[in-house]
Amino acid sequence: MSDHHHDHDHGHGHGSNYEVHYSAKDYAVGFVLSLVLTAIPFWLVMNATLAPDTTRWVILGFAAVQLVVQMIYFLHLSTKSEAGWNMMALILTIVLLVIVMSGSIWVMHHMNENMMPGMGPTNTHEMT
Amino acid sequence: MSEINAAVTGGSISADVSGRYIAREHHPEQGTLLGFWLYLMSDCLLFASLFATYAVLGRNYAGGPTGAELFDLSLIAINTGFLLLSSITFGFAMISAQAKNLAKTQLWLVVTGILGLAFLSLEIYEFQHLIHEGAGPQRSGFLTSFFALVGTHGLHVLFGVVWLVTLFVQLAKHGITPENFRRLACLSLFWHFLDLVWIFVFTFVYLMGVLP
Repeated sequence: MSDHHHDHDHGHGHGSNYEVHYSAKDYAVGFVLSLVLTAIPFWLVMNATLAPDTTRWVILGFAAVQLVVQMIYFLHLSTKSEAGWNMMALILTIVLLVIVMSGSIWVMHHMNENMMPGMGPTNTHEMT
Repeated sequence: MSEINAAVTGGSISADVSGRYIAREHHPEQGTLLGFWLYLMSDCLLFASLFATYAVLGRNYAGGPTGAELFDLSLIAINTGFLLLSSITFGFAMISAQAKNLAKTQLWLVVTGILGLAFLSLEIYEFQHLIHEGAGPQRSGFLTSFFALVGTHGLHVLFGVVWLVTLFVQLAKHGITPENFRRLACLSLFWHFLDLVWIFVFTFVYLMGVLP
């Protein structure tokens, strides 16, 4: 829009006003990393290499790492994007997400434990 | 603040107006992208509640089939591949759009759209197969939360494809204008966001559902 704006803010010409620079290298790195981070958990589960409980935590770990990888390489998120507001909104969302998820799981787990024997979710599939 | 300055200095109006313009215009073009990001974050919360529902109900089989019996992991792996591939092809579309190459942008958009449709067709096939086997959403708490979560993600992909087709037409009509580039950037965020959600769908629903 205005010329001086271009100069003092991000100023990388191109006629595009966006801070993001889309580069093939970023996408390639993100893609290869995501592919590896997807293939390993699938392989772990399909071959039942580890004990189920260990597998659960390991594949959750892989998902978390892949989340970060895609945020950086595909969504081009950094602490500087949109003057930090993107990151602030993301942090707030993650806080809310953790509260909703852990709260629901925690509350419902205790409720199930306090229910009458035979009504918990672990026993329901034995009843018909 | 700059308005007060303008009122105090009074004098030459044109200079004050431009001064105000600069002060206000800290990052105006990104306004849309920031707003879109906020929408995505609120969408995240929608998915969070669906994931929480699945976390609570995911093992309530009510005597019906379990995830281990129903899920075909190789099918899910293929679908994950489609979505991941569509992410990088959308990336190529953005790179082409940045280089002002309309034909290439459109080509990559078509490829992305086809991959999105392939993902959707496999998902619809999976849903049909489940319902046909008597494992429809009304069978158990597990299946209700499963269909709600995976179905909502599928609906997002469907709307992403509709948006993609719309943008394709816009590009064909007007070329890569700043407005169209902004729209592409928003759709790019949306599309990658759907892949992000899918990471947790396949980990949390499919892989963990198969584990004992």
